[in-house]
Amino acid sequence: MCVLLSFLVICAVAVSFSKKLLNSVLIFMSYSLIMSVIWMLLESPDLAITEAAVGAGITSVLFFVTLNRIHSMFKDASGKKKEVKEDEEKKSVQ
Amino acid sequence: MKKRNLFSSLLDWVWESRSDLYENMTIRDDDEEVNVITKAEHKEDIEKVKEKVFDAADRGSFRKWRFLYKILAVVFAVFFSAVLLITVGQLPKIGEINNPANNEVEKRYIEKGLEETGATNIVAGMILDYRAFDTLGESHVLFVAAIAVTILLRLDKSERDPEDTKITETITEAEEEDKIFEPHHDAILQKVAMLLVPIIILFGIYVILNGHLSPGGGFSGGAIIGAGLILYLNAFGFENTERFFNEKVYKTVIFSGLAFYALAKCYAFFCGANGLDSHISKGIPGHILSAGLILPLDIAVGCVVACTMYAFYAMFRKGGL
Amino acid sequence: MNTNLLNNYAEAVSMIIFAIGFTNLLLHKNLIKKIIGLNIMDTAVYLFLALKGYIKGHVAPIIIDGVVEPEAYINPIPSGLVLTGIVVSVSVTALMLSLTIRLYKRYHTLDLDEISLRLKKEGL
Repeated sequence: MCVLLSFLVICAVAVSFSKKLLNSVLIFMSYSLIMSVIWMLLESPDLAITEAAVGAGITSVLFFVTLNRIHSMFKDASGKKKEVKEDEEKKSVQ
Repeated sequence: MKKRNLFSSLLDWVWESRSDLYENMTIRDDDEEVNVITKAEHKEDIEKVKEKVFDAADRGSFRKWRFLYKILAVVFAVFFSAVLLITVGQLPKIGEINNPANNEVEKRYIEKGLEETGATNIVAGMILDYRAFDTLGESHVLFVAAIAVTILLRLDKSERDPEDTKITETITEAEEEDKIFEPHHDAILQKVAMLLVPIIILFGIYVILNGHLSPGGGFSGGAIIGAGLILYLNAFGFENTERFFNEKVYKTVIFSGLAFYALAKCYAFFCGANGLDSHISKGIPGHILSAGLILPLDIAVGCVVACTMYAFYAMFRKGGL
Repeated sequence: MNTNLLNNYAEAVSMIIFAIGFTNLLLHKNLIKKIIGLNIMDTAVYLFLALKGYIKGHVAPIIIDGVVEPEAYINPIPSGLVLTGIVVSVSVTALMLSLTIRLYKRYHTLDLDEISLRLKKEGL
């Protein structure tokens, strides 16, 4: 239980300190998964199933789709884009 | 005029195909909107942002205000968390039996829960029988969120007229943009989805039907079914999914689910959230067909949640359903 | 003044995570990170609520073998409250993300300072 709680704090801190948007959404997904395991340790299986299905499933997928729609998948938090990725985009369009 | 019975006119109203109520009403045209921007203005906006983006960050007073705001925010957050931690230090110990949170309400729910609701899962029996009014409000919160997302993100026209410069995006343009990262007819994804999607949907139905016997219930089961539909959509594309799940099905399922729940429990507005006895038999505890009205309510809530989750995803991807 | 801070370490961690999410909401400029911060605050509150119902040594509230004494199960009431809360949290997140998409399509930036400056210029 103490180990899982320290994982939670590490994940929450890592979300704020990561530079790319995609990385913070992925760490948020793992935060939700650890939360679901903590619900199981607190003897509430209803909450564990609901948090796993909704938090790590639906909310994170909505974040990914939003990032796709606003063309910021590979951008930094300040809006700059890495030059290498534009070539990959052009290749996948063809 | 053809004679229509009540049921078919109700269905027509839900599907918006025809209605006697508002035959002559029209929605105001979009051309008279004030704040619609043309494509040329859009391009001007982008150019201005590119010129002036250094201007905003370097402005002197803005920088001073930003610095002051950061200091104040950190001080406020530290003070706030110190107050919270001091309060936590004065709370009673976690896990004791004699905590004030374990009072007579809990004893009543556990002791009389099985004979009054018939459900083996105490939490599910509580939220769908003793406190069904709260769950009614929560389903409506989901419904309002789905409506708000539809209002914000729905794209109207599927093809663009050449002279029409005021529309910002059409459905075909959104689909083209969306396909940049999409794998088209990916073999691995389709084989795995063909194997997994029936299992996921079957598991979701199992969780919904066993809501009153084991952990689970309407919300988790609905979310699992919604996730299965999203996987199907990702693997096979929009045309295959719209063969069995289009806008008509969505409207019918959500409307009938919510209407059934509201009709079953709307007396709570007048009786003060006390549960009245629905004269459906409670059955033998431990069987699926037990617990009175809890099983139909579970199914209604599950259907509403599944359709809402899928609608969120489809609105975000394409702007239509 | 009894301090139970070391005994209630789980609740203290929940408050720390709430403060981290709150700082995220205040200090970042990017809209997506603010939304993630709001979600972290939500889950920290749910953790605190569920800890209120935990009783040491008792099991999950599913009736087994017809045992209906309250000395065998944990408190089921906070569990019901958190179940409602999780569903409301996903609705709020979906609504905020769709607002972000609309803001991006209008202003082509995700920076909240830029958006407020341009709103001021437009006179709103």
